[in-house]
Amino acid sequence: MINISDLHKKFGKNEVLKGIDLNIEHGKIYAILGPNGSGKTTLIKSVLGMVIPDKGSIEVLGEPIKKGWKYRKQIDYLPQIANFPGNLKVNELIDMIKDLRNDKGNADTLIELFKLQPYCNKKLSNLSGGTKQKVNLVLAFMFNSQLLILDEPNTGLDPNALIQLKELIKKEKENGKTLLITSHVMQFVEEVADEVIYLLEGKIYFKGTLKALMAKTQQTNVEHAIAALTKTEGYG
Amino acid sequence: MGKVLKYSFYDLIRSRWSYIYFFFYLALGFVLLFLNNDLSKAVITLMNIIIVLVPLIGTIFGTMYYYNSKEFTELLLAQPIKRSHIFLGQYFGVAGSLSLSLALGLGIPFAAYGLLKSNAIFDFALLLVVGIFLTLIFTALAFNIAIHNENKIKGFGYAVLLWLFMAVIYDGIFLLSLIIFEEYPLDTFSMIATALNPIDLSRTLILLKLDISALLGYTGAVFKKFFGTQIGFWASMLVLVLWNAIPIFLLKYKSSRKDF
Repeated sequence: MINISDLHKKFGKNEVLKGIDLNIEHGKIYAILGPNGSGKTTLIKSVLGMVIPDKGSIEVLGEPIKKGWKYRKQIDYLPQIANFPGNLKVNELIDMIKDLRNDKGNADTLIELFKLQPYCNKKLSNLSGGTKQKVNLVLAFMFNSQLLILDEPNTGLDPNALIQLKELIKKEKENGKTLLITSHVMQFVEEVADEVIYLLEGKIYFKGTLKALMAKTQQTNVEHAIAALTKTEGYG
Repeated sequence: MGKVLKYSFYDLIRSRWSYIYFFFYLALGFVLLFLNNDLSKAVITLMNIIIVLVPLIGTIFGTMYYYNSKEFTELLLAQPIKRSHIFLGQYFGVAGSLSLSLALGLGIPFAAYGLLKSNAIFDFALLLVVGIFLTLIFTALAFNIAIHNENKIKGFGYAVLLWLFMAVIYDGIFLLSLIIFEEYPLDTFSMIATALNPIDLSRTLILLKLDISALLGYTGAVFKKFFGTQIGFWASMLVLVLWNAIPIFLLKYKSSRKDF
C-alpha cells in the first residue's frame, strides 16, 4: 500500500526524519505513536506530498509519488488542526471539496451521525473547536478512498462523537481500507489499532503488534509500555 | 486550476474590499469626467493615480490574500490537485478580481460619458491595458514575497518596500544619476532605465500615446523616437509581459518545492 525507504527530512538545522523505512500493508489499521516533535506529522505530510523529502522515496499503491498528485485521489486526510477558510459556511465547504474532488461523497449520513445539521448554515469561523473537528471528520470520511490518514482524530471530541468515530473506523476497516492514525490517547490506540509504529527522534523505534510491544517492554498496559519505550531510549 | 481560480475569485468578489476598490474608481471616473470635461486631462490625471495606486493595491492585496488563505491552501494541498494549480489559481483569482474592479470602475463612467464613440477610446484602452498589466505584475511579485516569507509582518514590510522602491525611490535614483552623469550621453541609459521599471514604462507609454511628449523635454524627443514607433510600442509590451511572466514562473518554481 505504502512503501517508504530511507526517508530524510530537515527543517533548517532541525533533522526531523532520519532515515525511515516503512511498509504499510493493505487493510490494516496502523497507529503512529511517538512523543511530541518525533516526526509523526512530518511523516504523514511526506506521504501526502505536502512536505518534500530531502532524500528517500515514497510509493503509494506501487507508484512513486514524486511530482505526482493524482494519487491523492486515493487518500483521505484528516489534518491535525482543523483550519478552514473562516468566511465559508459548513455547507459551502463540503460542496467545495466535493467539487474539487469530482466526487459526490456521502456527507449527509455523516452530518446526521455527528448531529451537525444545526451548524450547516453557519460560518466556520463561528464554530467551536469540537464542532470544527466534527466537520473535519465529515470531510475525511465522506469519500470512498482506499487509504485514510487521520492525524489526532480524537482531539476535542465529546464522548458521544468519540464512540461514533471508533464505529466509523471499524466500519472502514471492514470495508477493506487501510488507516494510518496518530494519537496520544493510548486507550483509543489500544481499541482501534492492529499495529503500532513508534517514532522517536526521527527514526522508527518499534514496529509491530500491541502484543509484541507489551512483550518487549514486559508491561501489561499500553500506556506504560509506551512510556517504557521512551524511557529506555532516554536513559540509554 | 479552473476550480481553484473559481473559488478564490468568488471568495474575493464577495469581499468588502473589492467593492471599495470598485466604487473608488467609479467615483474617481465620474468626478474626473463630469467635472473636468476635458477627456485628455482626465486620462492624464487618471494615469497619475493608476500608476501609483494600482501597484500599491496589487502588492497589499496579494500578500494579504496569500497569508489569509493559508487554511484554504492547506486544505487544497491534501486534495488531488496539482500544486502549481493551487497557487496559480489563487493568483489569477486575486489579480482577476482586482482587474475587474479597475476595468468596471473606470469603464462605466467612461462609457456613460460617451467615450465609445470618440477617438479617445484608444487612449483609454491603453490606460486600462496598462492598469491590468500593473495589477498582474505587482500581484505576482506580492505572491512571490509572501511565499518566501512565513512571517506576515516581514512579508508585508518587503511588499511595501518593493512598492516604495518601484514607485518612488527608483525615480529618485534615476534622476540623481542623470544629474551626476550629465556630461555623458544618457539617451540609451535613460531609455533602458525606463524600460526596466514597469511603473515608469507604463507612464511613458501613456504620455507618448497622448502626444504630450513635449512635456518630457529633451528626452521626450528621444523617447518618442523609440517608444513612439510600432516597434517601440511592442517592445514595451514585451517588457511588461516579461515582468509578468518571470514572477509567475518563479512562483510556480517555489511552490513546487515548498513544505507546508
